[in-house]
Amino acid sequence: MSPSQHDFSSNKRQPINAEPILRLEGITKRFPGVVALNSVDFDVRPGEVHALLGENGAGKSTLMKVLAGKHQANEGKIILAGQEMAFENPKHAKRAGVVLIHQEQSLVPEMTVAENIFLGSLPRKPFNRVDWRKLREDTNKILETLKCGFQHDDLVGSLSIAKKQMVEIGRALAFTPRVVVFDEPTASLTDHEKPVLYDVINSLCEQGVGIVYISHRMDEIFHLSHRISVLRDGEYTGTVNTADTNEDEITRMMIGRSLELDHASKPSNFGDNLLEVRNLSVKRVFENVSFNVRKGEIVGMYGLVGAGRSEVAETIFGLRTPSTGEVVLDGKVVSFRNSHDAVVHGVALVPEDRKDQGLILGMNCRDNMTLASLSSVSSWGFMTSAKEREVYDKYHQAMKIKTPSWRQKVGNLSGGNQQKIVIGKWLHTHPKLLILDEPTRGIDVGSKSEIHTLVKDLAKSGYAVLVISSEMPEVLGLSNRIIAMYDGRVTAEFDGDNVSEDELVQAITGMGKQAQAS
Amino acid sequence: MTSLKGFFRGRTAIQPIWVFVLVIFIFFSFMSEYFLSFGNISNILVQTSTIGLIALGMTLVMINGNIDLSVGATLGLAASLAVGLQETSMTLAILAALGSGVLLGAINGLIVWKTGVNAFIVTLGAMLGIRGLIFLYTGEQSFYALNFAFSDFGTSTIGPFPVLAIIFLICTLIMHLVLTRTGHGRNTYAVGGNPEASIDAGIRLGRHMMINFIIVGFFAALAGVMLASQMGAATPNLGRDYELWVITAVVLGGTKLTGGYGSIVGTLGGVLAIGILRNGMNLMQVPAFYVLVILGAILISVLVIDKKLNAPSAKEVRI
Repeated sequence: MSPSQHDFSSNKRQPINAEPILRLEGITKRFPGVVALNSVDFDVRPGEVHALLGENGAGKSTLMKVLAGKHQANEGKIILAGQEMAFENPKHAKRAGVVLIHQEQSLVPEMTVAENIFLGSLPRKPFNRVDWRKLREDTNKILETLKCGFQHDDLVGSLSIAKKQMVEIGRALAFTPRVVVFDEPTASLTDHEKPVLYDVINSLCEQGVGIVYISHRMDEIFHLSHRISVLRDGEYTGTVNTADTNEDEITRMMIGRSLELDHASKPSNFGDNLLEVRNLSVKRVFENVSFNVRKGEIVGMYGLVGAGRSEVAETIFGLRTPSTGEVVLDGKVVSFRNSHDAVVHGVALVPEDRKDQGLILGMNCRDNMTLASLSSVSSWGFMTSAKEREVYDKYHQAMKIKTPSWRQKVGNLSGGNQQKIVIGKWLHTHPKLLILDEPTRGIDVGSKSEIHTLVKDLAKSGYAVLVISSEMPEVLGLSNRIIAMYDGRVTAEFDGDNVSEDELVQAITGMGKQAQAS
Repeated sequence: MTSLKGFFRGRTAIQPIWVFVLVIFIFFSFMSEYFLSFGNISNILVQTSTIGLIALGMTLVMINGNIDLSVGATLGLAASLAVGLQETSMTLAILAALGSGVLLGAINGLIVWKTGVNAFIVTLGAMLGIRGLIFLYTGEQSFYALNFAFSDFGTSTIGPFPVLAIIFLICTLIMHLVLTRTGHGRNTYAVGGNPEASIDAGIRLGRHMMINFIIVGFFAALAGVMLASQMGAATPNLGRDYELWVITAVVLGGTKLTGGYGSIVGTLGGVLAIGILRNGMNLMQVPAFYVLVILGAILISVLVIDKKLNAPSAKEVRI
């Protein structure tokens, strides 16, 4: 598949031979009209990292919710340390030592680290008073295992995403867990922050805890796991030892076919400059950013989270006011007062966070699709249902969006389909410049490659495309040119076909001499 | 309970409140011989038109994710202006009354938009302030309408149909169309459902908020004029507690306080539910204090049932 930034293949882990601490047998879970899981088997051995893979909608999350007591299985057994369990709720499962670490964080930002870790189970003294000293001691014990740079009395709201995740893990440790489930733990972490998480996982393993690890990232899975199990459409497709397999085999197990990613098909016909950013700055956020994007070209913007990439995009889109510099669009200097201006002038921004910024989750698919272009489906100020359907059907077919009906609430769709709806929404505004911020974050491999193909096709048909990404394979696979950012500055610009991974890593970590290539 | 759940799920278009309206309608038809008559039904529509009109505007404001507590006071001010200015000119009086509603709505909207202070607080302040303005203007006096055309209007009919009821129903239809068929309506849902995503889609959030505050202000003033015409007078305390009745009706109709969800059809049901209950219990000679207790209990039970019916458990299926 795609080249990955670290070569882990040399030190794949050998399976651990031990009696499983947890065994799921023949788990079947039905929802009205859908069989989410059909007789799935799964087990975890103590001290093992067992990766669970599958496309979005394959049933991974449902299986883990059954395991953690959020859902109850219709059929099947959960056996923990030789005892059959029937978890009625998450608390019950936690007490027994099965903890789920959520994809979405559920922390109280206004409270301290200690209060968050022991939320709902604060140590007590007589008369229901909180035992602050014991709380502090217990928390410090946990923070020691986590080895992370924050104190028990730091406010959670002031921590970075990565550190918040550590707090979430600390919360799991407070229950002396026997099995910990990580659901996409690195989705919001930068490459920098990941090793800290890996260390924590490894130290849990050393203590004999069984780890279930859900992720879409192959490099991670091959680095961390001892065994890999795959689900497809609610069915169990098999378990393999990590040492005896490769990415191709896993991909085949997941989607039932091989994925071919052709890097050769990048766009190659460029027109005039469409976007030119000159010395753009926003105080205390980014400084003197200059670059350009031509018609028909894909420019990748690569950097760590916090390097100021999204903020540059937001400034171009009119959401922030630049303190200096200018944006030239199609030969004219523009200064947008708000996002509406930007949309009118043909700029589209597919935001970083689909759920918070891209979609109205309670609205149906059709209404989300037409949201940015209501005037095009209206006559005399009134929307016509037929025109709206036409627009929806067009993009629904063109992008192969999987929904049972346009009436489906977008909140119920998988990440890949949600993202396609956001992209469809923007395509119908007929933009000239398409900015995609982390277009495939948290999306399964199948949809990911579909979105990549779509982006390349769009560029070939004349759109100017700016892709912001933290994933090196994505940036390398898509971009004609790559702009590297570090700490609010552009550190280098590279030719997308002639750049080494080392050069890129240096440019985004501020290590290299500020090399100016091509 | 499970069969009931299935009943509502299959027919999402039917608001649960309409089932409730139907039940109490049938109930009172049997309990009181006076209930089921053309005269009484028109009467209910006239009685509910005041709260109903404001509820139409409030539905938009609440779907938009805001709330307006100043509607009762706005109604009071508009009523006083409509009656108090009649000596100069009837048209001027009514225009001034309606204009005051539009202006107050615009001010509320502008403050919420530009400062970002929560609408609950802004309109709470407005509620107190506007009530003060009424006392300043009236000098704590009630005004009596001397122009008979004004007080006749409140009781006039077109054919057998009372004019006030007709105005209410026409406004209901218009607001339904605005909410379901126009870009402003759709964007109102979008902004209430997810403000951030709305901004990202190029929607001008502030404008829509302000328009909705203006709409509710206008309807509050219109309701004030109509109420004054019904009574042939305006008192400085007119409209006290109306904001609570309006919010009750809107919430009964299924609109969420958190925004993003609701409908005019539901609100009409909520308004009728309150009107029918008050009218029916009145006919059955239930003492007024009991009526309040019963209405309060019903509000809570309807919301509890709604919560049970729409429990999220089965919605977690992902496709």
